[in-house]
Amino acid sequence: MPQISQFAATYSSQVFWMLVFFGFIFFFIGRGMVPRVMATVEARDKQIAGDLAAAEAARTAADAEEAAWRTHANAQRAEAQAVIAKAKADAAKAGEVRLAKAGAAIDARLTEADTRIAKARAKAAGEIETVASEAAGSIAARIAGLTVDSAEAKAAVKEALNG
Amino acid sequence: MAAEQAKVDPMHQFTIEPLFGTGHWEIAGYNIAFTNSALWMALTTLALLVFVAGGVKRQLVPGRWQMAVEGFTGFIDNLLAANIGPAGKKYVPYIFSLFMFILFANLLGLLPLALLGVHPFTPTSHFTVTGVLAVLSFAIVLIVGFWRHGFHFFSLFVPHGTPIWLMWLIPFIELISFLVRPFSLALRLFVAMMAGHVLLEVLSSFVIDSANSGPLWGGIVGLPSFILMVAICALELLVAGIQAYVFALLTSLYLNDAENLH
Repeated sequence: MPQISQFAATYSSQVFWMLVFFGFIFFFIGRGMVPRVMATVEARDKQIAGDLAAAEAARTAADAEEAAWRTHANAQRAEAQAVIAKAKADAAKAGEVRLAKAGAAIDARLTEADTRIAKARAKAAGEIETVASEAAGSIAARIAGLTVDSAEAKAAVKEALNG
Repeated sequence: MAAEQAKVDPMHQFTIEPLFGTGHWEIAGYNIAFTNSALWMALTTLALLVFVAGGVKRQLVPGRWQMAVEGFTGFIDNLLAANIGPAGKKYVPYIFSLFMFILFANLLGLLPLALLGVHPFTPTSHFTVTGVLAVLSFAIVLIVGFWRHGFHFFSLFVPHGTPIWLMWLIPFIELISFLVRPFSLALRLFVAMMAGHVLLEVLSSFVIDSANSGPLWGGIVGLPSFILMVAICALELLVAGIQAYVFALLTSLYLNDAENLH
């Protein structure tokens, strides 16, 4: 086992070079370079944490903005619906009024037409009576040789026409 | 036995061969020759330096390399945060150096460079090397413990809820378990690394020797050994990581004792 058989001859050189190289590693690499590596990691972690916090804050702000916008939009929508409902009601009312007016006009014209028809019918009926009584008088005079009074003839025609 | 000695000596891979400076490189009479062990420590350091340097680009959106390095630092950071708490942050450079050095040394020692005629050497398979790391960790625990708590640090040896009538025994057991820590740290890593390398070497000698004695033995012994070697290579990669992790984890647990005392 060279570790033991060569111990006496080599321990001093092993210890010496071990201390030299480990000392170099510790002071130059361990204390010189490792802290810089770790500082880089720390800086990156800090930056990531900062960025995450900023993103979180931005998201919160965006959420708040969206909520505000939604409230605003809801209010506007309600307003618009109110306007629409009002317009609808107004339109319906106006329509009713015009309908009523038109209905009244039509009724008036109907009544007038009815009156005219009744008048025309009465006039026609009167004319028929006159013509019939004259005809009846002339028929009676021609056939029976009777002279019928026109008033008497009219009464008789009226009686025959109306039952 | 010498005549039957395998062509592959499983222990030879741990031999330390001085490369230069054998004779006259000395500090206060202690030889500090630059050996193959020191060379592989240097290669480990170089590989680690290149690896970490590739991660210090400081890009906000990291590339793959930077992600890998940050993964390791983050891993060590999490380990210390979980075991010690916020106070563990200051130990990141030490635990990172420890973990990465052991990991890279273990992995570099497993490289199949023998195919190119180079003999890889695993510094962590020598208890002299792991011992240095263990003593460093233990010394840091002691210094931190006494620095922060003074003599109150000795209360570590009296766990909560120790019955009064066991007061003569428990601190003694706790003291021994405390003192054993550097040895267990050093030996665990050294033994794990050495065992794996020896096993691979022994199996490879099976493959070579059985193949040399003919196709029959090569098929019966050599082929299964070779398949086993492939599986054990994968296992050794796992062990390389696990041992580095265990060393770092235990050191952080011991540091937790020193930092937070119970």
